[in-house]
Amino acid sequence: MNIWTVILLASLIVMLLKLVGYLVPPSFMERPTPSRVANLLTVALLAALVVTQTLEREHDIVLDARVPAVGVAAVLLVLRAPFIVVVLSAAVVAAVLRLLGWMS
Amino acid sequence: MADPDTSAAVRAGLAVGLAVAAYGVSFGALAVASGLDVWQTCVLSLFMFSGGSQFALIGVLASGGAAAGPAAITSAALLGVRNSLYSMRMSPIIGGPWWRKLLAAQWTIDESTAVSTAQPTLRGQKTGFWVTGAVIYVGWNLTTFLGALLGDLVGDVRQYGLDAAAAAAFLGLLWPRLRARQPIAVAAGAAVVAALLVPVLPPGLPVLAAALVAVVVGITNWLGAKAAA
Repeated sequence: MNIWTVILLASLIVMLLKLVGYLVPPSFMERPTPSRVANLLTVALLAALVVTQTLEREHDIVLDARVPAVGVAAVLLVLRAPFIVVVLSAAVVAAVLRLLGWMS
Repeated sequence: MADPDTSAAVRAGLAVGLAVAAYGVSFGALAVASGLDVWQTCVLSLFMFSGGSQFALIGVLASGGAAAGPAAITSAALLGVRNSLYSMRMSPIIGGPWWRKLLAAQWTIDESTAVSTAQPTLRGQKTGFWVTGAVIYVGWNLTTFLGALLGDLVGDVRQYGLDAAAAAAFLGLLWPRLRARQPIAVAAGAAVVAALLVPVLPPGLPVLAAALVAVVVGITNWLGAKAAA
């Protein structure tokens, strides 16, 4: 699949999903189950992406500098640090550990 | 502007909008690091314009390349489903002719909906939506472009810890949603399923399989509050 195709197709789908709510009668999503599934879907996908982005390398689970970096990010989130600080700190922790040759 | 509800909505929209627009830098840099060029990165922010979906798309493409295209599209789409909930909530607030709703649709995201629905009056709700949407749309696209240029200069993703930054970005998006037992259980379950399936399934698919945890828990309402909706 060509990268441009992926980008344009995914963008079109996400745009249409935003439009859908303005077109359907409000009764559907006001029912508790579809709305609960949609909210939990977001949580499940993000949690799975945290795991794969932290641990996956070349089709396997690997413990490297990303693990302490994400740990620092979690601590900063508990301390209510802004998003950009959390993201930058994780990058710095991983970069420094790798520079020192630890947990490359 | 003399109306206090309107000015409160404008202030909330500006504050949230400017804070969120700053994420665009991390998105732009990470998108380029995951193999997109600067134009592809900018097109995503212009057209897709939904942070979670955009990060998911580039996350899956980073691990699986173009071969993971279908899984990347599906992940982005599933994360976009919540925008349908928001647009349903926003539809009566936006009101007016069809073209106004068409315009509003592209700006219907987490933040514009949150600012709008937090305002006490209909007028404040309308103002909050449009101000937040406009500030984030303009800011997000500008900072995406800057981030993409920056990512282009950086080159080696791992040396600068950009792979860890992407993981932290997902954690940052997830964090505010972990306020009750049910989402925490779903997050834990999805994390375990994804980790177990990584060595078994092609890139991108472990994430989609983990989404099933949400479907099962959501339909059975396991651990759910009785009145939760």
